[in-house]
Amino acid sequence: MGKKMSDTAVNNMGTQAQKLAAENNPLITADGIPLKQKLAKTTRKMKMRALLLTMPLVLFIIVSFVIPIGQMLHRGFYNPAVSNVMPNFSIAIKDWDETTGEMPSDEILKVFVEDLALARKNREVGKTVGNMATRINYELPGSRSLFTKTARRADKITEGPYLDELIAIDKKWDNHNLWRTVKRASNDYTISFFLAALDLKYDENGEISRADPLYQIYVPILMKTLMLSALITFLCFLIAYPVSYLLSTLPLRTSNLLMILVLLPFWTSLLVRTSAWIAMLQTEGIINDIMVYLGIIGDDGRIQMIYNQTGTVISMVHILLPFMILPLYSVMKTIPPSYMRAAKSMGATNSYAFRKVYFPQTIPGIAAGTLLVFILAIGYYITPALVGGSDGIFISNLIADHIRKTLNWSLGSALAAILLVVVLIFYWMYNRLVGVDKLKFG
Amino acid sequence: MSAQIILTDEQKYHTNLGLAALVASTVLFAIFTGSIAGTIGFFLIFGIPFFAMNRLPAYATIKDKVSKYIFMTICTLIFIFLITPILIIIPLSFNAEPYFTFTEGMLNLEANAYSNRWYADIFRFGMTDPDGTENWWSDMWNNATWVNAARNSFFIAICATILATTFGTLAALGLSRPEMPFRAQITSLLISPMIVPLVITATGMFFFFAQKGIFPFFPESLANTYTGLVLAHATLGVPFVIITVTATLSGFDRSLIRASQGMGATGWTTFRRVIMPLITPGMISGALFAFITSFDEVVAVIFLADVDQRTIPRQMFSGLREQISPTILAVATILVLISIALLTTLELLRRRSERLRGLSPG
Repeated sequence: MGKKMSDTAVNNMGTQAQKLAAENNPLITADGIPLKQKLAKTTRKMKMRALLLTMPLVLFIIVSFVIPIGQMLHRGFYNPAVSNVMPNFSIAIKDWDETTGEMPSDEILKVFVEDLALARKNREVGKTVGNMATRINYELPGSRSLFTKTARRADKITEGPYLDELIAIDKKWDNHNLWRTVKRASNDYTISFFLAALDLKYDENGEISRADPLYQIYVPILMKTLMLSALITFLCFLIAYPVSYLLSTLPLRTSNLLMILVLLPFWTSLLVRTSAWIAMLQTEGIINDIMVYLGIIGDDGRIQMIYNQTGTVISMVHILLPFMILPLYSVMKTIPPSYMRAAKSMGATNSYAFRKVYFPQTIPGIAAGTLLVFILAIGYYITPALVGGSDGIFISNLIADHIRKTLNWSLGSALAAILLVVVLIFYWMYNRLVGVDKLKFG
Repeated sequence: MSAQIILTDEQKYHTNLGLAALVASTVLFAIFTGSIAGTIGFFLIFGIPFFAMNRLPAYATIKDKVSKYIFMTICTLIFIFLITPILIIIPLSFNAEPYFTFTEGMLNLEANAYSNRWYADIFRFGMTDPDGTENWWSDMWNNATWVNAARNSFFIAICATILATTFGTLAALGLSRPEMPFRAQITSLLISPMIVPLVITATGMFFFFAQKGIFPFFPESLANTYTGLVLAHATLGVPFVIITVTATLSGFDRSLIRASQGMGATGWTTFRRVIMPLITPGMISGALFAFITSFDEVVAVIFLADVDQRTIPRQMFSGLREQISPTILAVATILVLISIALLTTLELLRRRSERLRGLSPG
């Protein structure tokens, strides 16, 4: 109702004289409210109505997507394994100043032994000495058995000096760095897992340094993921460009028909395409058979093209190709062919006209396609897991391994957080350069 | 478009020359290799671009023609690269031997080299008594591994599609209004399930659903439940619904709404009689996208499902990791047929939508 009235009011506001009158004497709508206020109110109402329509989905996405991921990120920083098992000790140890070079005082160690004995007696699920030992073992490999062994005998220790009693159980307790690690781990919030995910660690002096070259796994795999994704993106671009050009220049009827050849792979299950590539690429597979048949390679010289990087790259290029072709095609379709003809009529050679006239106009499509393919490629998990073997795996595979096999959830979450940051940077770039509303299928 | 193609004498000469070269090289190839399949392949790879070359203008030089031919050959090879892996699994799934590759007999088209045993295996694998006659159907329906997987897949995908399409369409209606505030931010948020790596989403949900009592009306944890999987798949389908429905609405003439209101229609009538018919094709394509996303999805299933909730892709994933049997190819063939059906529906819908909106004469 209000909207209709204000519309009428606007229509009446025609002549200059009326405008002048309006300055002194503001226009009033039928219900006695100044027009300006009324308009602002209606706009606000319309905005609210639009916002209200999106609210159910926004809430759904926040509950089922944003909060779970937020919790996972929190898990990368938060690991209460030690304070769960030894609540009193984790408070007491805060008083120990590790920088002096002295060992923890006898009172602190008394609490340590008591907590250890109590935890062994209670054995609450998820709060056992084993859980705590695993947590400390992440930071100080090889220390797990020390805790379980000591816990078994902790109730025998009745009086001090506690340090000597502990050393009597195992000589390893006479180690300043061990106690420093224990103190660090008894803090619920830690950056240890992020350090580990970046191939860094605390050294004997409690300072951050690089991990031994043998244990540097995560940064090289992350780099490899980025490199292979870049390679896949580049190959997709090389393959997609001529096809998109062809599709954009053909008459609509023919190009729609050929488009089916692009869209069918897009609509076919990922697992179907991956199994098809296993059939194509394996040593007894079709491509090797053809090459043996043509005499390019001998029967004993069949090439290993799968369960390594080659397999991952070939199948992922095939799988991601439609995401490159579709944006390129939609940009190329809008380029009038007369520009190229004009360039040629003015004496440009084919390659010059292409470089100076056609190619620059396709850059928006290239940006959209390459960014999208790159973003999707870095996060790939299924295809590398099935055809990647051991050297064609991506960072996602390591995350999945930590979550599902080694159960080092904090490290898995820290790795996931790093991957998420990388992806979001590129998503932000996509938003700035292309705009998320330009995303389209078919 | 039926204008007559008039070839100049010189063009005829070049066309004839090209045809002669093509035939000669095919014959030479046949003589040297002596294989029928190889010769057909050779003729297709080099013949398709030749016949597909659209007529070049009269001033085109020999160099233009050769480069056009090379370009067309490259495109042919790329299309072969795109489609071969998908088509090749269809004959392979009829292999009589338990291999993923063509046998000698299959290449010679011997009838006994082909069999439909892997299709039978889809129903028989996992049954308690595949050769029994009593209660065969109920045994198959309840125990066959792939049949169970298919039931799970369809159930989860349909529920997730309904959820994603309902919420997604509502949100798209809001997002496409010109007065929508924070449009860019909200759109990026709603698209992000497609952008964030599946492993990250699945890990987050894995921890989140494992907690008890996250929803006040649902005291148990959602881990290893159908509810959890439906929520996860609906989340992953949302971006596709948003993108397709918003695309349909972007060509929507808003003056139609004003016209309807001007003729005295209420808001609800306008929605039902004007907006709905125009956005239905977009909504259905969005739903199809959401369906196929859930139907293909495997990472969330790996993280969130128990053996009881295994879907078809999950079963294929473990099949490819453990024992590779052509049953997977038989399932894959059926899935390809399903995607062809969906793709055809989508194409028809697109045409209908364009016709309704007056974008093309149809």
